[in-house]
Amino acid sequence: MSRQFWSVALAVAWRVLHNVFTTPSLFLPGLVFPLFFFTAFAGGLSRVDNIPGFDFPNGYTAFQFVFVLLQSAAFGGVFTGFGVARDFEYGFARRLMLAAPKRSGIVAGYALAATGRWAVTAVVLTAVALAVGMNVGGGGVDLVALYTLALIVNLTGAFWATGVAMRLRTMQAGPVMQLPIFLVLFFAPVYVPLSLLSGWLHAVASVNPATAMLEAGRSLIAGSPEHVSLAFGLAVGMAALLTVWALRGLRSAERAGA
Amino acid sequence: MSALAQVGYVARRSVLRTARQPANIIFPFVFPTALLAVTSAGLSPATKIPGFPTDSFLAFFLAFPFIQGALFATMNAGTDLARDIQSGFLNRLALTPLHGGALIVGQLGGIAVLAFVQNCYYLAVGLIVGVRLESGIVGAIVLLILATGVAIAFGALGAFFALRTGSGEAVQGLFPLLFVGLFLSSMNLPRNLIETDWFRIVATFNPISYLIEGLRSLIIAGWDWEALGLAFGFAAVLAGASMVLASWALRLRLTRT
Repeated sequence: MSRQFWSVALAVAWRVLHNVFTTPSLFLPGLVFPLFFFTAFAGGLSRVDNIPGFDFPNGYTAFQFVFVLLQSAAFGGVFTGFGVARDFEYGFARRLMLAAPKRSGIVAGYALAATGRWAVTAVVLTAVALAVGMNVGGGGVDLVALYTLALIVNLTGAFWATGVAMRLRTMQAGPVMQLPIFLVLFFAPVYVPLSLLSGWLHAVASVNPATAMLEAGRSLIAGSPEHVSLAFGLAVGMAALLTVWALRGLRSAERAGA
Repeated sequence: MSALAQVGYVARRSVLRTARQPANIIFPFVFPTALLAVTSAGLSPATKIPGFPTDSFLAFFLAFPFIQGALFATMNAGTDLARDIQSGFLNRLALTPLHGGALIVGQLGGIAVLAFVQNCYYLAVGLIVGVRLESGIVGAIVLLILATGVAIAFGALGAFFALRTGSGEAVQGLFPLLFVGLFLSSMNLPRNLIETDWFRIVATFNPISYLIEGLRSLIIAGWDWEALGLAFGFAAVLAGASMVLASWALRLRLTRT
């Protein structure tokens, strides 16, 4: 990658992160909502691990932690998409396009910012989970794999939302960015393992790529990795496809003269 | 013009302006129903927990959309009123003979109409997917009255925030708080089955738990007078307190200078 690409990417990332970390109304929702979901699910539903057939060995807190970690990663990316849309609405993106010598660096910058923003959320979420007694069975390699998987999910979310924002170029595109991610995540085995689901949700969850990632993540935190290659394959494949989606969104914005 | 006619005009305006904003109509209908579908399917194995009060998690969870719909009513009422303040419409109203009380009651009347339509929809969805109310047809009527009362109570709270802050963004900021209140309640499990002590204590002190339990009792238990009494009681206290606060905030807002 050229020096120009990185200078644009780093400048865009720095600007977004500076805006996010100095504006509580932008930073707090991304931080508070995962904590809140973790509290509500892990705290309020802990009795669910008494259901016959619920065989996750590390307890319900760890079971839910993996879901909330992946959810925070995906939505960390989506929240960055809101910023992209805001930049288009306020005309900043137009000036950015004119100034950037390598425009693909703009997409990379937003993605880097999404990762930086989510990293803070992940640290706080992990600290809270450990503080409330989460039982971690996995070793160092398992945990690195878990967080790497979440990082790829974060980039996937960021590329999806950036692609939408660059095509629609309005804050009103928020639901279009959020809803598909929300549905993909909640049509997975969120509350109980796949084997305990039945009916239409079992059928949908069985073919949902988020299920593979969730189950792999849970197996990693339990220290007994399963289907990890499948999960990484799906995550990397989706991230690659959505990188193309975001770059084509950039071209769409260029054609529109945004 | 009589006070009743004033209330009618304000209520009509409240209904029409909501009906003209598709987002205000679509979200209260789609979002609670989507969460009902996903959560009731995902947590259906929870009915196997010893002591769970019903064998249908869908029936157990059906109370949720009524409360979430009421939270949307809060946002609609508050945001619309805040817009009136920001656009100067309230100041122009202050120059007319409109009674302050008529403004609040009319606004809430509009919310009540919309909430009633929403609640009929949630109930119809529940019945279509196979939920049968243990309290029968009379229970369905009481359910609609209670759920609409809860929406009025939350709507009054939204109106108070709007009048106090005069900012639509501040009212929108209230939504996550109320949403947290909803999640930290007995919406997912009965309180006696919540294992985590602090969560059970928070849910016990959380009035939203009693609103949900009152609605739920009509669906899965029949006529549980204690649950119903608590639900109607909390809804009345919340509505009364919020309306008093909203009236006070309106007086401050309309103080002639």
